[in-house]
Amino acid sequence: MNNALVDSWFMTVRHFRNLVRQPVWIFISLVQPVVWLLLYGALFRKIVEIPGFGADSYIDFLTPGIVVMTCLFSAGWSGMGLIDDINRGVVDRFLVSPASRGSLISGRLIQGAIVGVVQAVIIILLGLVVGASYPGGIAGLAALTAAAVLLGTAIGALSNGIALLSRREETMIAVSNFVLLPMTFLSSVFMAQALMPQWMQDVAQYNPVNWAVQAGREALAQNGDWSIVLSRLGYLLVFTIVSTWLATRAFRVYQRSI
Amino acid sequence: MDTSIDAAGLVKTYRGGVRALDGVSLVAETGSVFGLLGPNGAGKSTTVKILTTLSRPDAGEARVAGFDVVRQPAKVRLAIGCVAQKSGLDPAATGRENLLLQGRVYGMRGRELKSRGQELLERFGLAAAADRTVRTYSGGMQRKLDVAVGIMHRPQVLFLDEPTTGLDPEARVDMWSEIARLAGDEGLTILMTTHYLEEADRLARRLAIVDQGRVVAEGRPDDLKGELRGDTIVVELEQPPQNGEVLAALARVPDLRDLAVEARTLRARAESGARSVPAVLAALETAGVAVAAVTVARPSLDDVYLRHAGKVFCEDDVEVKR
Repeated sequence: MNNALVDSWFMTVRHFRNLVRQPVWIFISLVQPVVWLLLYGALFRKIVEIPGFGADSYIDFLTPGIVVMTCLFSAGWSGMGLIDDINRGVVDRFLVSPASRGSLISGRLIQGAIVGVVQAVIIILLGLVVGASYPGGIAGLAALTAAAVLLGTAIGALSNGIALLSRREETMIAVSNFVLLPMTFLSSVFMAQALMPQWMQDVAQYNPVNWAVQAGREALAQNGDWSIVLSRLGYLLVFTIVSTWLATRAFRVYQRSI
Repeated sequence: MDTSIDAAGLVKTYRGGVRALDGVSLVAETGSVFGLLGPNGAGKSTTVKILTTLSRPDAGEARVAGFDVVRQPAKVRLAIGCVAQKSGLDPAATGRENLLLQGRVYGMRGRELKSRGQELLERFGLAAAADRTVRTYSGGMQRKLDVAVGIMHRPQVLFLDEPTTGLDPEARVDMWSEIARLAGDEGLTILMTTHYLEEADRLARRLAIVDQGRVVAEGRPDDLKGELRGDTIVVELEQPPQNGEVLAALARVPDLRDLAVEARTLRARAESGARSVPAVLAALETAGVAVAAVTVARPSLDDVYLRHAGKVFCEDDVEVKR
Protein backbone atom coordinates (compact mmCIF):
# COMPACT_ATOMS: atom_id res chain seq x y z
CA MET A 1 0.00 0.00 0.00
CA ASN A 2 2.83 2.30 0.94
CA ASN A 3 4.44 1.41 -2.34
CA ALA A 4 1.22 2.23 -4.20
CA LEU A 5 1.06 5.65 -2.58
CA VAL A 6 4.69 6.43 -3.35
CA ASP A 7 4.29 5.29 -6.97
CA SER A 8 1.10 7.35 -7.29
CA TRP A 9 3.06 10.36 -6.18
CA PHE A 10 5.82 9.70 -8.74
CA MET A 11 3.19 9.46 -11.47
CA THR A 12 1.44 12.59 -10.21
CA VAL A 13 4.71 14.49 -10.39
CA ARG A 14 5.27 13.21 -13.91
CA HIS A 15 1.84 14.30 -15.13
CA PHE A 16 2.09 17.63 -13.38
CA ARG A 17 5.49 18.36 -14.84
CA ASN A 18 4.31 17.51 -18.33
CA LEU A 19 1.33 19.78 -17.85
CA VAL A 20 3.44 22.69 -16.71
CA ARG A 21 5.56 22.27 -19.85
CA GLN A 22 2.52 23.01 -22.01
CA PRO A 23 1.99 26.74 -21.56
CA VAL A 24 -0.73 26.74 -24.20
CA TRP A 25 -2.72 24.19 -22.27
CA ILE A 26 -2.38 26.18 -19.05
CA PHE A 27 -3.44 29.34 -20.83
CA ILE A 28 -6.50 27.69 -22.35
CA SER A 29 -7.53 25.96 -19.15
CA LEU A 30 -7.36 29.26 -17.29
CA VAL A 31 -8.91 31.43 -19.96
CA GLN A 32 -11.78 29.11 -20.76
CA PRO A 33 -13.52 29.37 -17.39
CA VAL A 34 -12.91 33.11 -17.41
CA VAL A 35 -14.62 33.34 -20.77
CA TRP A 36 -17.51 31.23 -19.54
CA LEU A 37 -17.91 33.27 -16.42
CA LEU A 38 -17.81 36.62 -18.21
CA LEU A 39 -19.74 35.55 -21.30
CA TYR A 40 -22.55 33.61 -19.67
CA GLY A 41 -22.59 36.05 -16.79
CA ALA A 42 -23.29 38.90 -19.20
CA LEU A 43 -25.54 36.93 -21.54
CA PHE A 44 -27.92 35.65 -18.88
CA ARG A 45 -27.70 38.59 -16.45
CA LYS A 46 -31.43 39.36 -16.68
CA ILE A 47 -32.43 35.76 -16.16
CA VAL A 48 -32.68 36.33 -12.41
CA GLU A 49 -35.64 38.61 -13.07
CA ILE A 50 -37.77 35.66 -14.10
CA PRO A 51 -40.22 35.07 -11.29
CA GLY A 52 -39.27 32.02 -9.26
CA PHE A 53 -35.57 32.01 -10.25
CA GLY A 54 -34.67 32.34 -6.60
CA ALA A 55 -31.45 34.35 -6.78
CA ASP A 56 -30.74 38.06 -6.75
CA SER A 57 -27.46 38.14 -8.64
CA TYR A 58 -26.74 35.92 -11.62
CA ILE A 59 -22.97 36.09 -11.06
CA ASP A 60 -23.53 34.77 -7.50
CA PHE A 61 -25.61 31.98 -8.99
CA LEU A 62 -23.28 31.22 -11.87
CA THR A 63 -19.85 31.16 -10.18
CA PRO A 64 -20.26 27.82 -8.35
CA GLY A 65 -21.72 26.40 -11.59
CA ILE A 66 -18.63 27.46 -13.55
CA VAL A 67 -16.33 25.96 -10.91
CA VAL A 68 -18.12 22.63 -11.27
CA MET A 69 -18.31 22.83 -15.06
CA THR A 70 -14.59 23.54 -15.35
CA CYS A 71 -13.69 20.52 -13.24
CA LEU A 72 -16.12 18.40 -15.23
CA PHE A 73 -14.60 19.32 -18.58
CA SER A 74 -10.98 18.97 -17.48
CA ALA A 75 -11.75 15.55 -16.04
CA GLY A 76 -13.69 14.44 -19.10
CA TRP A 77 -10.53 14.67 -21.19
CA SER A 78 -8.29 13.00 -18.62
CA GLY A 79 -8.30 9.75 -20.59
CA MET A 80 -6.67 11.36 -23.63
CA GLY A 81 -3.30 11.36 -21.91
CA LEU A 82 -3.72 7.72 -21.01
CA ILE A 83 -4.47 6.79 -24.63
CA ASP A 84 -1.30 8.57 -25.62
CA ASP A 85 0.62 6.60 -22.99
CA ILE A 86 -0.90 3.32 -24.16
CA ASN A 87 -0.04 4.04 -27.78
CA ARG A 88 3.51 5.02 -26.94
CA GLY A 89 4.04 1.91 -24.82
CA VAL A 90 4.47 3.90 -21.61
CA VAL A 91 1.74 1.92 -19.85
CA ASP A 92 3.28 -1.40 -20.86
CA ARG A 93 6.70 -0.21 -19.72
CA PHE A 94 5.34 0.40 -16.25
CA LEU A 95 3.34 -2.84 -16.28
CA VAL A 96 6.53 -4.88 -16.67
CA SER A 97 8.09 -2.92 -13.81
CA PRO A 98 7.23 -3.29 -10.14
CA ALA A 99 5.29 0.01 -10.27
CA SER A 100 1.91 -0.28 -8.60
CA ARG A 101 -0.83 -0.89 -11.17
CA GLY A 102 -3.19 1.51 -9.47
CA SER A 103 -0.68 4.35 -9.66
CA LEU A 104 -1.03 4.48 -13.44
CA ILE A 105 -4.56 5.80 -12.97
CA SER A 106 -4.44 7.34 -9.52
CA GLY A 107 -1.49 9.52 -10.56
CA ARG A 108 -3.68 11.09 -13.21
CA LEU A 109 -6.62 11.51 -10.83
CA ILE A 110 -4.47 13.14 -8.16
CA GLN A 111 -2.94 15.49 -10.72
CA GLY A 112 -6.48 16.27 -11.94
CA ALA A 113 -7.60 17.00 -8.40
CA ILE A 114 -4.69 19.39 -7.81
CA VAL A 115 -5.42 21.20 -11.07
CA GLY A 116 -9.11 21.27 -10.11
CA VAL A 117 -8.37 22.99 -6.82
CA VAL A 118 -6.18 25.58 -8.55
CA GLN A 119 -8.85 26.26 -11.16
CA ALA A 120 -11.54 26.54 -8.49
CA VAL A 121 -9.50 29.09 -6.53
CA ILE A 122 -8.87 31.15 -9.66
CA ILE A 123 -12.56 31.16 -10.67
CA ILE A 124 -13.63 32.02 -7.14
CA LEU A 125 -11.22 34.97 -7.06
CA LEU A 126 -12.30 36.08 -10.50
CA GLY A 127 -15.90 35.86 -9.38
CA LEU A 128 -15.05 38.28 -6.58
CA VAL A 129 -13.59 40.68 -9.13
CA VAL A 130 -16.75 40.68 -11.23
CA GLY A 131 -18.94 41.16 -8.19
CA ALA A 132 -19.88 37.74 -6.84
CA SER A 133 -20.33 37.39 -3.12
CA TYR A 134 -19.93 34.22 -1.08
CA PRO A 135 -22.02 34.49 2.09
CA GLY A 136 -21.14 30.90 3.00
CA GLY A 137 -17.56 32.01 3.64
CA ILE A 138 -14.49 29.82 3.68
CA ALA A 139 -16.40 26.69 4.73
CA GLY A 140 -18.78 27.20 1.83
CA LEU A 141 -15.98 27.71 -0.65
CA ALA A 142 -14.21 24.61 0.66
CA ALA A 143 -17.39 22.57 0.24
CA LEU A 144 -17.84 23.87 -3.32
CA THR A 145 -14.25 22.98 -4.18
CA ALA A 146 -14.61 19.55 -2.60
CA ALA A 147 -17.78 18.87 -4.58
CA ALA A 148 -16.18 19.98 -7.86
CA VAL A 149 -13.02 17.95 -7.23
CA LEU A 150 -14.99 14.83 -6.25
CA LEU A 151 -17.04 15.14 -9.42
CA GLY A 152 -13.82 15.64 -11.40
CA THR A 153 -12.21 12.57 -9.85
CA ALA A 154 -15.22 10.40 -10.65
CA ILE A 155 -15.51 11.64 -14.24
CA GLY A 156 -11.73 11.39 -14.62
CA ALA A 157 -11.85 7.75 -13.53
CA LEU A 158 -14.61 7.03 -16.05
CA SER A 159 -12.69 8.88 -18.75
CA ASN A 160 -9.60 6.74 -18.05
CA GLY A 161 -11.79 3.64 -18.06
CA ILE A 162 -13.11 4.53 -21.50
CA ALA A 163 -9.55 5.21 -22.64
CA LEU A 164 -8.48 1.72 -21.52
CA LEU A 165 -11.40 0.06 -23.27
CA SER A 166 -11.38 2.03 -26.51
CA ARG A 167 -7.69 3.02 -26.82
CA ARG A 168 -8.74 5.36 -29.59
CA GLU A 169 -8.67 9.12 -29.38
CA GLU A 170 -11.60 9.38 -31.79
CA THR A 171 -13.81 7.33 -29.48
CA MET A 172 -12.71 9.39 -26.52
CA ILE A 173 -13.52 12.65 -28.30
CA ALA A 174 -16.90 11.37 -29.43
CA VAL A 175 -17.89 10.10 -25.99
CA SER A 176 -16.72 13.23 -24.21
CA ASN A 177 -18.50 15.53 -26.59
CA PHE A 178 -21.61 13.42 -26.40
CA VAL A 179 -21.69 13.32 -22.61
CA LEU A 180 -20.17 16.48 -21.14
CA LEU A 181 -22.37 19.22 -22.59
CA PRO A 182 -25.67 17.41 -22.04
CA MET A 183 -24.60 16.66 -18.47
CA THR A 184 -23.97 20.38 -18.02
CA PHE A 185 -27.27 21.49 -19.49
CA LEU A 186 -29.22 18.82 -17.64
CA SER A 187 -28.08 20.44 -14.40
CA SER A 188 -28.61 23.77 -12.72
CA VAL A 189 -25.24 25.17 -13.80
CA PHE A 190 -26.88 27.95 -15.84
CA MET A 191 -30.55 27.77 -14.94
CA ALA A 192 -32.45 27.46 -11.70
CA GLN A 193 -33.77 23.95 -11.36
CA ALA A 194 -37.27 25.16 -10.56
CA LEU A 195 -37.50 26.80 -14.00
CA MET A 196 -36.42 23.75 -15.99
CA PRO A 197 -38.98 21.62 -17.81
CA GLN A 198 -40.26 18.91 -15.52
CA TRP A 199 -38.49 16.04 -17.32
CA MET A 200 -35.20 17.89 -17.08
CA GLN A 201 -35.73 18.43 -13.39
CA ASP A 202 -36.33 14.72 -13.03
CA VAL A 203 -33.16 13.85 -14.91
CA ALA A 204 -31.14 16.46 -13.03
CA GLN A 205 -31.96 14.75 -9.74
CA TYR A 206 -29.74 11.86 -10.79
CA ASN A 207 -27.08 13.94 -12.50
CA PRO A 208 -23.79 14.05 -10.56
CA VAL A 209 -23.05 17.46 -12.08
CA ASN A 210 -26.21 18.73 -10.49
CA TRP A 211 -25.28 17.20 -7.13
CA ALA A 212 -22.00 19.11 -7.21
CA VAL A 213 -23.69 22.38 -8.19
CA GLN A 214 -26.37 21.96 -5.52
CA ALA A 215 -23.79 21.22 -2.85
CA GLY A 216 -21.64 24.20 -3.84
CA ARG A 217 -24.51 26.65 -4.14
CA GLU A 218 -26.13 25.61 -0.89
CA ALA A 219 -22.80 25.80 0.94
CA LEU A 220 -22.22 29.32 -0.37
CA ALA A 221 -25.71 30.57 0.50
CA GLN A 222 -26.54 32.71 3.52
CA ASN A 223 -27.73 30.16 6.10
CA GLY A 224 -27.48 27.34 3.56
CA ASP A 225 -28.94 23.96 4.37
CA TRP A 226 -25.88 21.83 5.18
CA SER A 227 -27.90 18.64 5.18
CA ILE A 228 -28.25 19.16 1.41
CA VAL A 229 -24.53 19.93 1.12
CA LEU A 230 -23.49 16.81 3.01
CA SER A 231 -25.96 14.49 1.29
CA ARG A 232 -24.80 15.66 -2.17
CA LEU A 233 -21.17 15.29 -1.15
CA GLY A 234 -22.09 11.79 0.02
CA TYR A 235 -23.67 10.94 -3.36
CA LEU A 236 -20.57 12.26 -5.10
CA LEU A 237 -18.32 10.17 -2.87
CA VAL A 238 -20.28 7.03 -3.73
CA PHE A 239 -20.18 7.99 -7.41
CA THR A 240 -16.41 8.43 -7.18
CA ILE A 241 -15.95 5.05 -5.53
CA VAL A 242 -18.09 3.30 -8.15
CA SER A 243 -16.31 5.08 -11.01
CA THR A 244 -12.89 4.18 -9.65
CA TRP A 245 -13.98 0.58 -9.30
CA LEU A 246 -15.17 0.59 -12.92
CA ALA A 247 -11.82 2.04 -14.00
CA THR A 248 -9.94 -0.76 -12.25
CA ARG A 249 -12.21 -3.27 -14.01
CA ALA A 250 -11.35 -1.61 -17.31
CA PHE A 251 -7.70 -1.92 -16.41
CA ARG A 252 -8.10 -5.67 -15.98
CA VAL A 253 -9.77 -5.91 -19.38
CA TYR A 254 -6.85 -4.00 -20.86
CA GLN A 255 -4.31 -6.28 -19.21
CA ARG A 256 -6.09 -9.37 -20.43
CA SER A 257 -6.08 -8.06 -23.99
CA ILE A 258 -2.31 -7.62 -24.26
CA MET B 1 24.61 -24.87 -18.15
CA ASP B 2 23.02 -22.09 -16.10
CA THR B 3 19.79 -20.93 -17.66
CA SER B 4 18.05 -17.63 -17.06
CA ILE B 5 15.07 -18.12 -19.33
CA ASP B 6 13.32 -21.43 -19.44
CA ALA B 7 10.03 -21.67 -21.28
CA ALA B 8 8.11 -24.80 -22.11
CA GLY B 9 4.99 -25.25 -24.21
CA LEU B 10 3.75 -21.66 -24.16
CA VAL B 11 0.33 -21.29 -25.71
CA LYS B 12 -1.55 -18.04 -26.15
CA THR B 13 -4.80 -17.50 -27.95
CA TYR B 14 -6.20 -14.01 -28.22
CA ARG B 15 -9.83 -13.12 -28.24
CA GLY B 16 -11.25 -13.81 -31.66
CA GLY B 17 -9.39 -17.12 -31.77
CA VAL B 18 -6.04 -15.87 -33.06
CA ARG B 19 -3.54 -18.43 -31.86
CA ALA B 20 -0.41 -16.35 -31.37
CA LEU B 21 1.64 -19.07 -29.69
CA ASP B 22 1.18 -22.76 -30.26
CA GLY B 23 3.63 -24.40 -27.89
CA VAL B 24 6.79 -22.31 -27.80
CA SER B 25 9.70 -23.69 -25.80
CA LEU B 26 13.10 -22.09 -25.44
CA VAL B 27 16.05 -22.01 -23.10
CA ALA B 28 18.50 -19.13 -22.78
CA GLU B 29 21.88 -19.58 -21.20
CA THR B 30 22.87 -17.14 -18.45
CA GLY B 31 25.13 -14.36 -19.67
CA SER B 32 24.50 -14.81 -23.37
CA VAL B 33 22.38 -13.35 -26.14
CA PHE B 34 19.49 -15.48 -27.29
CA GLY B 35 17.99 -14.52 -30.63
CA LEU B 36 14.32 -14.98 -31.39
CA LEU B 37 13.74 -14.74 -35.12
CA GLY B 38 10.70 -14.70 -37.28
CA PRO B 39 8.44 -12.52 -39.40
CA ASN B 40 5.78 -10.22 -38.00
CA GLY B 41 2.98 -12.15 -36.41
CA ALA B 42 5.15 -15.23 -35.87
CA GLY B 43 4.78 -14.89 -32.10
CA LYS B 44 8.00 -13.16 -31.10
CA SER B 45 6.41 -10.24 -29.32
CA THR B 46 3.80 -12.43 -27.66
CA THR B 47 6.60 -14.64 -26.31
CA VAL B 48 8.33 -11.57 -24.91
CA LYS B 49 5.08 -10.31 -23.39
CA ILE B 50 4.59 -13.59 -21.56
CA LEU B 51 8.20 -13.81 -20.37
CA THR B 52 8.02 -10.23 -19.07
CA THR B 53 4.73 -10.90 -17.17
CA LEU B 54 2.78 -8.49 -19.36
CA SER B 55 0.57 -11.22 -20.66
CA ARG B 56 -0.44 -14.59 -19.22
CA PRO B 57 -0.05 -17.80 -21.18
CA ASP B 58 -3.10 -20.03 -21.66
CA ALA B 59 -0.87 -23.06 -21.19
CA GLY B 60 2.76 -23.86 -20.60
CA GLU B 61 5.30 -22.67 -18.07
CA ALA B 62 8.14 -20.23 -18.02
CA ARG B 63 10.80 -19.31 -15.51
CA VAL B 64 12.81 -16.14 -15.85
CA ALA B 65 15.78 -15.50 -13.55
CA GLY B 66 14.60 -18.51 -11.60
CA PHE B 67 11.05 -17.28 -10.96
CA ASP B 68 7.78 -18.48 -12.42
CA VAL B 69 6.27 -15.77 -14.62
CA VAL B 70 2.69 -16.68 -13.69
CA ARG B 71 3.06 -17.44 -9.99
CA GLN B 72 5.84 -15.01 -9.03
CA PRO B 73 5.41 -12.07 -11.41
CA ALA B 74 6.57 -9.51 -8.82
CA LYS B 75 9.90 -11.28 -8.43
CA VAL B 76 10.33 -11.64 -12.18
CA ARG B 77 9.64 -7.92 -12.65
CA LEU B 78 12.40 -6.94 -10.25
CA ALA B 79 14.90 -9.14 -12.06
CA ILE B 80 14.19 -8.11 -15.66
CA GLY B 81 14.54 -5.09 -17.87
CA CYS B 82 12.49 -4.72 -20.99
CA VAL B 83 12.94 -2.63 -24.11
CA ALA B 84 9.73 -3.05 -26.02
CA GLN B 85 9.11 -2.40 -29.68
CA LYS B 86 7.14 0.68 -28.80
CA SER B 87 9.70 2.51 -26.79
CA GLY B 88 7.53 3.65 -23.89
CA LEU B 89 9.46 6.84 -23.32
CA ASP B 90 7.62 9.91 -22.16
CA PRO B 91 8.27 12.46 -24.93
CA ALA B 92 7.35 15.42 -22.75
CA ALA B 93 9.92 14.50 -20.12
CA THR B 94 13.67 14.91 -20.48
CA GLY B 95 16.00 11.98 -20.96
CA ARG B 96 17.17 12.27 -17.39
CA GLU B 97 13.62 12.45 -16.02
CA ASN B 98 12.66 9.30 -17.92
CA LEU B 99 15.64 7.48 -16.44
CA LEU B 100 15.11 8.70 -12.90
CA LEU B 101 11.41 7.84 -12.88
CA GLN B 102 12.26 4.34 -14.07
CA GLY B 103 14.80 3.99 -11.26
CA ARG B 104 12.31 5.28 -8.71
CA VAL B 105 9.64 2.74 -9.52
CA TYR B 106 12.27 0.07 -8.92
CA GLY B 107 12.90 1.56 -5.50
CA MET B 108 16.14 3.40 -6.27
CA ARG B 109 16.59 6.63 -4.31
CA GLY B 110 18.94 9.47 -3.56
CA ARG B 111 22.57 9.40 -4.59
CA GLU B 112 22.42 5.89 -6.06
CA LEU B 113 19.57 6.96 -8.34
CA LYS B 114 21.24 10.14 -9.54
CA SER B 115 24.67 8.66 -10.10
CA ARG B 116 23.31 5.63 -11.96
CA GLY B 117 21.28 7.97 -14.18
CA GLN B 118 24.29 10.12 -14.94
CA GLU B 119 26.46 7.07 -15.58
CA LEU B 120 24.04 5.72 -18.18
CA LEU B 121 23.55 9.08 -19.86
CA GLU B 122 27.30 9.37 -20.31
CA ARG B 123 27.75 5.81 -21.40
CA PHE B 124 25.10 6.12 -24.11
CA GLY B 125 26.40 9.47 -25.29
CA LEU B 126 23.28 11.29 -24.12
CA ALA B 127 24.82 13.48 -21.42
CA ALA B 128 24.66 16.62 -23.55
CA ALA B 129 21.00 16.00 -24.36
CA ALA B 130 20.07 14.76 -20.89
CA ASP B 131 17.99 17.78 -19.96
CA ARG B 132 16.20 18.17 -23.26
CA THR B 133 12.77 16.65 -23.70
CA VAL B 134 12.78 13.31 -25.47
CA ARG B 135 10.56 14.80 -28.16
CA THR B 136 13.67 16.54 -29.53
CA TYR B 137 15.73 13.31 -29.74
CA SER B 138 16.58 11.54 -32.99
CA GLY B 139 15.40 7.96 -33.49
CA GLY B 140 18.83 6.60 -32.64
CA MET B 141 19.05 8.67 -29.46
CA GLN B 142 15.60 7.51 -28.38
CA ARG B 143 16.54 3.89 -28.91
CA LYS B 144 19.69 4.37 -26.84
CA LEU B 145 17.66 5.96 -24.09
CA ASP B 146 15.23 3.03 -24.31
CA VAL B 147 18.05 0.65 -23.58
CA ALA B 148 19.41 2.88 -20.81
CA VAL B 149 15.93 2.93 -19.23
CA GLY B 150 15.77 -0.85 -19.59
CA ILE B 151 18.99 -1.42 -17.65
CA MET B 152 18.62 1.47 -15.20
CA HIS B 153 17.92 -0.83 -12.25
CA ARG B 154 20.69 -3.33 -13.20
CA PRO B 155 18.48 -6.24 -14.22
CA GLN B 156 19.80 -9.78 -14.61
CA VAL B 157 17.80 -10.50 -17.71
CA LEU B 158 17.14 -8.01 -20.48
CA PHE B 159 14.50 -8.31 -23.18
CA LEU B 160 15.05 -6.40 -26.38
CA ASP B 161 12.12 -6.48 -28.77
CA GLU B 162 13.46 -5.52 -32.19
CA PRO B 163 16.08 -3.15 -30.83
CA THR B 164 17.35 -1.98 -34.21
CA THR B 165 14.15 -1.71 -36.24
CA GLY B 166 14.00 1.70 -37.85
CA LEU B 167 17.59 2.65 -37.04
CA ASP B 168 19.98 3.93 -39.67
CA PRO B 169 22.99 1.69 -40.40
CA GLU B 170 25.36 3.63 -38.19
CA ALA B 171 23.01 3.62 -35.21
CA ARG B 172 22.41 -0.07 -35.78
CA VAL B 173 26.10 -0.87 -35.54
CA ASP B 174 26.30 1.20 -32.34
CA MET B 175 23.42 -0.79 -30.92
CA TRP B 176 25.08 -4.05 -31.81
CA SER B 177 28.26 -3.20 -29.95
CA GLU B 178 26.21 -2.07 -26.98
CA ILE B 179 24.28 -5.34 -26.89
CA ALA B 180 27.49 -7.34 -27.20
CA ARG B 181 29.00 -5.34 -24.36
CA LEU B 182 26.00 -5.86 -22.08
CA ALA B 183 26.09 -9.61 -22.51
CA GLY B 184 29.88 -9.83 -22.47
CA ASP B 185 31.18 -7.43 -19.84
CA GLU B 186 28.15 -7.21 -17.64
CA GLY B 187 27.01 -10.78 -17.81
CA LEU B 188 23.41 -9.97 -18.66
CA THR B 189 21.23 -12.59 -20.21
CA ILE B 190 19.64 -10.97 -23.23
CA LEU B 191 16.70 -12.21 -25.21
CA MET B 192 16.52 -10.28 -28.43
CA THR B 193 13.86 -10.54 -31.09
CA THR B 194 14.69 -9.44 -34.56
CA HIS B 195 13.71 -9.42 -38.19
CA TYR B 196 17.32 -9.32 -39.22
CA LEU B 197 19.06 -12.62 -39.63
CA GLU B 198 22.38 -10.85 -39.92
CA GLU B 199 21.88 -9.37 -36.49
CA ALA B 200 21.10 -12.69 -34.86
CA ASP B 201 24.01 -14.30 -36.65
CA ARG B 202 26.38 -11.70 -35.30
CA LEU B 203 25.14 -11.40 -31.71
CA ALA B 204 23.32 -14.51 -30.60
CA ARG B 205 24.97 -17.52 -29.06
CA ARG B 206 21.79 -19.47 -29.61
CA LEU B 207 18.68 -18.69 -31.54
CA ALA B 208 15.23 -19.94 -32.23
CA ILE B 209 13.24 -19.38 -35.37
CA VAL B 210 9.53 -19.03 -34.75
CA ASP B 211 6.89 -19.32 -37.38
CA GLN B 212 3.15 -19.29 -36.86
CA GLY B 213 3.48 -19.61 -33.11
CA ARG B 214 5.91 -22.52 -33.12
CA VAL B 215 9.67 -22.86 -32.83
CA VAL B 216 10.72 -24.39 -36.13
CA ALA B 217 14.46 -24.43 -35.51
CA GLU B 218 16.64 -23.91 -32.47
CA GLY B 219 20.35 -24.03 -31.83
CA ARG B 220 23.65 -22.25 -32.32
CA PRO B 221 23.80 -20.21 -35.54
CA ASP B 222 26.80 -22.19 -36.83
CA ASP B 223 25.16 -25.52 -36.15
CA LEU B 224 22.00 -24.44 -37.87
CA LYS B 225 23.96 -23.32 -40.88
CA GLY B 226 26.05 -26.48 -40.72
CA GLU B 227 22.94 -28.61 -41.08
CA LEU B 228 22.65 -27.21 -44.55
CA ARG B 229 25.28 -28.94 -46.59
CA GLY B 230 26.65 -27.18 -49.62
CA ASP B 231 26.05 -23.80 -51.18
CA THR B 232 23.10 -21.69 -52.07
CA ILE B 233 22.56 -20.77 -55.69
CA VAL B 234 20.40 -17.73 -56.34
CA VAL B 235 19.34 -16.95 -59.89
CA GLU B 236 17.65 -13.69 -60.79
CA LEU B 237 15.43 -14.18 -63.83
CA GLU B 238 14.58 -11.56 -66.41
CA GLN B 239 10.89 -12.22 -65.95
CA PRO B 240 8.73 -14.10 -63.48
CA PRO B 241 8.61 -17.63 -64.90
CA GLN B 242 5.50 -19.46 -66.06
CA ASN B 243 4.04 -21.96 -63.65
CA GLY B 244 6.21 -25.01 -63.27
CA GLU B 245 8.26 -24.17 -66.34
CA VAL B 246 11.46 -23.54 -64.41
CA LEU B 247 11.05 -26.34 -61.90
CA ALA B 248 10.48 -28.82 -64.69
CA ALA B 249 13.57 -27.60 -66.51
CA LEU B 250 15.75 -27.96 -63.45
CA ALA B 251 14.42 -31.30 -62.30
CA ARG B 252 16.95 -33.03 -64.52
CA VAL B 253 19.96 -31.16 -63.08
CA PRO B 254 21.83 -33.51 -60.72
CA ASP B 255 22.78 -32.56 -57.16
CA LEU B 256 20.22 -29.79 -56.94
CA ARG B 257 18.05 -29.63 -53.80
CA ASP B 258 15.53 -27.36 -52.05
CA LEU B 259 14.36 -25.60 -55.18
CA ALA B 260 12.24 -22.51 -54.60
CA VAL B 261 10.87 -19.85 -56.90
CA GLU B 262 9.67 -16.54 -55.58
CA ALA B 263 8.70 -13.86 -58.09
CA ARG B 264 11.81 -13.47 -60.27
CA THR B 265 14.15 -15.19 -57.81
CA LEU B 266 15.10 -18.83 -57.99
CA ARG B 267 16.90 -20.50 -55.09
CA ALA B 268 18.43 -23.90 -54.84
CA ARG B 269 21.06 -25.74 -52.89
CA ALA B 270 23.94 -27.84 -54.25
CA GLU B 271 26.94 -29.68 -52.86
CA SER B 272 29.20 -27.45 -54.88
CA GLY B 273 27.71 -24.30 -56.27
CA ALA B 274 30.50 -23.69 -58.76
CA ARG B 275 30.06 -27.11 -60.32
CA SER B 276 26.27 -26.93 -60.58
CA VAL B 277 25.89 -23.41 -61.94
CA PRO B 278 26.77 -24.26 -65.58
CA ALA B 279 24.23 -27.08 -65.57
CA VAL B 280 21.58 -24.80 -64.09
CA LEU B 281 22.22 -22.11 -66.70
CA ALA B 282 22.22 -24.62 -69.51
CA ALA B 283 18.91 -26.08 -68.34
CA LEU B 284 17.36 -22.64 -68.10
CA GLU B 285 18.60 -21.66 -71.54
CA THR B 286 17.19 -24.83 -73.03
CA ALA B 287 13.85 -23.99 -71.46
CA GLY B 288 14.04 -20.47 -72.90
CA VAL B 289 14.22 -18.70 -69.55
CA ALA B 290 16.38 -15.54 -69.61
CA VAL B 291 18.74 -15.06 -66.70
CA ALA B 292 19.71 -11.65 -65.28
CA ALA B 293 22.18 -12.63 -62.56
CA VAL B 294 23.56 -15.59 -60.66
CA THR B 295 25.13 -15.73 -57.21
CA VAL B 296 26.58 -18.57 -55.22
CA ALA B 297 26.88 -18.25 -51.45
CA ARG B 298 27.82 -20.21 -48.36
CA PRO B 299 24.81 -21.06 -46.21
CA SER B 300 23.37 -18.13 -44.30
CA LEU B 301 20.65 -17.91 -41.72
CA ASP B 302 18.39 -16.90 -44.59
CA ASP B 303 18.77 -20.40 -45.87
CA VAL B 304 18.14 -21.83 -42.42
CA TYR B 305 14.99 -19.82 -42.28
CA LEU B 306 13.94 -20.86 -45.75
CA ARG B 307 14.48 -24.48 -44.95
CA HIS B 308 12.63 -24.49 -41.62
CA ALA B 309 9.85 -22.03 -42.18
CA GLY B 310 9.30 -23.14 -45.75
CA LYS B 311 9.47 -19.65 -47.13
CA VAL B 312 11.89 -16.89 -47.84
CA PHE B 313 12.60 -14.56 -44.98
CA CYS B 314 11.55 -11.12 -46.12
CA GLU B 315 11.82 -7.96 -44.18
CA ASP B 316 8.43 -6.83 -45.34
CA ASP B 317 6.96 -10.22 -44.59
CA VAL B 318 5.54 -11.00 -47.96
CA GLU B 319 5.04 -14.67 -47.42
CA VAL B 320 5.55 -16.80 -50.47
CA LYS B 321 4.90 -20.46 -49.95
CA ARG B 322 6.99 -22.93 -51.80
